[in-house]
Amino acid sequence: MILTEIDHPGLLLRARENDADAPVLRRRARPRGGLGLRLQGLGKAFGERQVLADIDLQIEPGEFVAIVGRSGCGKSTLLRLVAGLETASSGTLALDGDAVRGATRDDVRVMFQDARLLPWKRVADNIALGLQTADAPARARGALAQVGLADRAHDWPAVLSGGQRQRVALARALVHTPRLLLLDEPLGALDALTRIEMQALIEALWREQGFTALLVTHDVAEAVALADRIILIEDGAIALDQRVNLTRPRSRGNPAFAMIEERVLTRVLQHG
Amino acid sequence: MSRVRRKAETWLPWALPLAIVAGWQLASVAGWLSTRVLPEPWAVLKAFWTLAASGEMAQHVATSTGRAFSGFALGGGLALALGLLTGSLRWAETLLDSTLQMVRNVPPLALIPLVILWFGIDEGAKLFLVSLGVFFPIYLNTFHGIRGVDPGLIEMARSYGLSGWALYRQVILPGALPQILVGVRFSLGFMWVILIVAETISAQAGIGYMTMNAREFLQTDIVLVGILLYALLGKAADLAAKGLERWWLRWHPGYQPEVAR
Repeated sequence: MILTEIDHPGLLLRARENDADAPVLRRRARPRGGLGLRLQGLGKAFGERQVLADIDLQIEPGEFVAIVGRSGCGKSTLLRLVAGLETASSGTLALDGDAVRGATRDDVRVMFQDARLLPWKRVADNIALGLQTADAPARARGALAQVGLADRAHDWPAVLSGGQRQRVALARALVHTPRLLLLDEPLGALDALTRIEMQALIEALWREQGFTALLVTHDVAEAVALADRIILIEDGAIALDQRVNLTRPRSRGNPAFAMIEERVLTRVLQHG
Repeated sequence: MSRVRRKAETWLPWALPLAIVAGWQLASVAGWLSTRVLPEPWAVLKAFWTLAASGEMAQHVATSTGRAFSGFALGGGLALALGLLTGSLRWAETLLDSTLQMVRNVPPLALIPLVILWFGIDEGAKLFLVSLGVFFPIYLNTFHGIRGVDPGLIEMARSYGLSGWALYRQVILPGALPQILVGVRFSLGFMWVILIVAETISAQAGIGYMTMNAREFLQTDIVLVGILLYALLGKAADLAAKGLERWWLRWHPGYQPEVAR
């Protein structure tokens, strides 16, 4: 594994297209690409409490960005603003150049920390939630196969394990072929082994489908394993913007991996 | 568990009731119990059979069940509608809830004198009392069921493009259903209690009429048949409600026969 010292995201993408990797080819064939994201002076206050202030951030289409930070730093709020689940108190938020204000879009999907499956719908019906088209059942089955749970379509969510529930939640998000996938600490409650499996799955599906991914996590190793860029948020502001130019799939044993992890972790711990 | 012990656990709950009935029969035959106080079980069974064979029982049971369920439909339906309204809309809660809470603290049976003045002693009075009796368990449980739906699920469904009726039908109603069914079960029990009292005021038909009539002629065996019928109908209503729970809540871990992980 080589640490490629390319700083421009466009160059990074071209470097990836050069190696004859099958998922990358499929990724180019898809008509729907990732969504570009631009935050300008974005702020959010709950009453007197300023949670986020003056956030400027630009995310390229198809980029995988991880947001890390201590609990309560405002990283989840940032994700919820992008998702349209909260309305910004100040600043602007643009998705592909269109200004967005507290509204959900059908090309943006969220995966929450808890799977939030509807317990009264079978797995397949959970995935088809919100799909209006006639081919919804077939698409749900396809999405379920992508996350490796094709045989659980008729089960109730109550009988699934925590990891399986998050797989279903991932399938439910991907069945809408989102252009932006927002992940709010979706693996936080899983055991270490399941978490590594899920990280590999998310990475594979991201490479295949080419959506933009925004991952909130408190696990720096997870951020280094998955992201093109790591953003550290501290006291409601961006404190670090670290590019991760490691080839994929990434190995945790790689010294360059450890170096980046160390650098980000040291910066996180410096504060407070 | 050994087979003998399993068998014992099936039959043990029946031992005490059977012993009581046997003792009762013995006391009657020995002449320690006057038939005016309590007829022998055998006479009750015979009366039960005679009434069933003549078709008289079916007629009374049909009348009583009709009353019970029309009251249940009226009061329960209204309770469900109002519970959904106050549970879903803040302004409806502000407008209605404190009034309903005041009415709730009046026992329905305390209204009997007023009800007789309003409706006379006709069907209207019985319908009103049963409706009022079943109203509050369903209203309160519907209200709290709607309020208790996990806000995380609602937020998720909204972010997946659900709104309005689709959100209500797919998320809010099923989420409130376990609690609503608790109210339904409670109401079904209460429904018979109210009906018994309402039918003893005055009636031209029904189980209450049958027992009150039998009392006039000191037919204690028929009085006991009436009591037995109420017990059986109450149990049947409860079993039906349980069946509904098992079908509607089959997704719920608490109602699944076996949970495989």
